[in-house]
Amino acid sequence: MVWGWRVEFRIERRSGVPTYLQLVAQVRRALRVGALAPGDRLPTARAVVEAIAINPNTVHKAYRELEREGLVEARPGKGTFVLHALGRPDSVTDGVLRTRLEDWVNEAVAAGLTVDDVQALFADVVERLYRGERTDE
Amino acid sequence: MNEYEATDPVLRYDAVSKDFGRREALRDCSFALPRGRVAALVGVNGAGKTTLLRMAVGLARPSAGRIDVLGEDPAATGTPAGVSYVAQDKPLYRRFQVREMLRAAAVLNPGGRWDGAHAASLIADAGIGVGQRIGELSAGQRARVAIALALGRRPGLLLLDEPLAELDPLARREIMGTVLAAVTETGMTVLLSSHVVTDIEDACDHLVVLGDRRVLLDGGIDELLAGHRIHSGPATSTADNETVVHRSTRGRHTVALVRDHTPPAGPEASGSTPTLEELVVAYLHAPTSSDAEAA
Repeated sequence: MVWGWRVEFRIERRSGVPTYLQLVAQVRRALRVGALAPGDRLPTARAVVEAIAINPNTVHKAYRELEREGLVEARPGKGTFVLHALGRPDSVTDGVLRTRLEDWVNEAVAAGLTVDDVQALFADVVERLYRGERTDE
Repeated sequence: MNEYEATDPVLRYDAVSKDFGRREALRDCSFALPRGRVAALVGVNGAGKTTLLRMAVGLARPSAGRIDVLGEDPAATGTPAGVSYVAQDKPLYRRFQVREMLRAAAVLNPGGRWDGAHAASLIADAGIGVGQRIGELSAGQRARVAIALALGRRPGLLLLDEPLAELDPLARREIMGTVLAAVTETGMTVLLSSHVVTDIEDACDHLVVLGDRRVLLDGGIDELLAGHRIHSGPATSTADNETVVHRSTRGRHTVALVRDHTPPAGPEASGSTPTLEELVVAYLHAPTSSDAEAA
C-alpha cells in the first residue's frame, strides 16, 4: 500500500483485471467516498512504484486514463491533481443497494466462498455489465 | 539525464552463440532493449540465462555474434562503466561491516560515477545500520545491500541474476520497489532473470523467453499478450491467421495457445487473452519454435 497519501493502492494479482485498471478503479472509489477531493495530489509515480513494485508505465497508463476521463489533471513538474469528486446517486437508492449487496455477500460466505472468490466474481460481473463504460460523469 | 537517444537500444544481442568446449550453451540469440525497459529473462534452470547476462559485462565471451552495451563491446572492453551486474549469490565480503563494503565499492568504482551518498541512503532506507556485518544480515538485507551498491554506480543498465530467489515476499517487493523507483527516476534499463513468472509480471514490461539454447519469444509484454489467444474446448479449431504454439490434450479437452497474426486482436476475436504465465509455459513446452510452425 502507498501510505501517507489519500489513496492507498493495492494490487489483486489473481483478479484477472489489468493492473492499471485496478489503480483507476481505486482512485475512482476514493473519489466516490470522498477520500480524495478536488485539489488533492495523487501519489507520484515513483511513490506508487516503490510501494507496490509495479512497472512505472502501469502507473502512467492509469493516470492518463483518469486524465482522459477528466477526473484529474497532470501539472508538469508538480504532479497529478484531482479536478473534481465523483457524485453518488441519491443515498436512499444507495442504502437499498447496499443492503441487498450485504445479503448477497452473506450468502456467498455461507456458500463457502473466499474473499478472493467474491471479489473475482463481483469484478467479473461488473466488468461484463459495464463493458466499455468508463465515465459516469 | 539523457545520455543516449531514447531510440537507441541500451543493450543488444546480435546472433550471439556460446559454446563451453563441445557443449553448445546458447545459439544465435538476438534481442534488443530500449532505454527504460524492465525486461524479464525467463527460462528453466540451465537455459543459459546466467551466461547471457555474464556476457553483457565481459565475464564471458560470445563464441559467435556480438553484444552492444551502451555503445560498447564488453568482450573487448570488459564491464562498461554504465552497467551494474548483481550475480545470483550477491557477492559481498561477509566479514565486512556495511560501511566497509561502501568504502570498498567506492575504491572499486573509480572515475567519478560512484554515488556513495545514494548507496548509503538506500541502505539506510532499508533499515540496515552501517555498523552491521554482512555475514549477520538476513538474505533479504544482503540482497538490499547488493542492490544499493549496484544502484550507487548510477547505472544506465542494471543486470540482475535471479534477484528474488530465496527471498520472502516482503523482501521481494521491497527490492523490486527500490529498483523500479530508480527506473522511474532515471530511465535506467533493467534485465532480470527469473524462473518464476509470477514474481516479476507486474514489474516488467518486456519479456525474453530462453529455451532450447535459443530466444523463443521476445517483445513488449502488452503486445505479446495481445498477439496470442487461448482456445479451450472439446475440439479446438484455429483460424487461417493463427499458428499453434502449443496444444495440450487431457482426455477430450484441448487447450491451445495460438499466435494471432492479425493484431490487434479485437474484442470479437475468439478465445481468450492468455496470462503471462500461460504464454511463457506454452513457449517453454513447445517442441521448438520452428517445429511449432508445422504443428
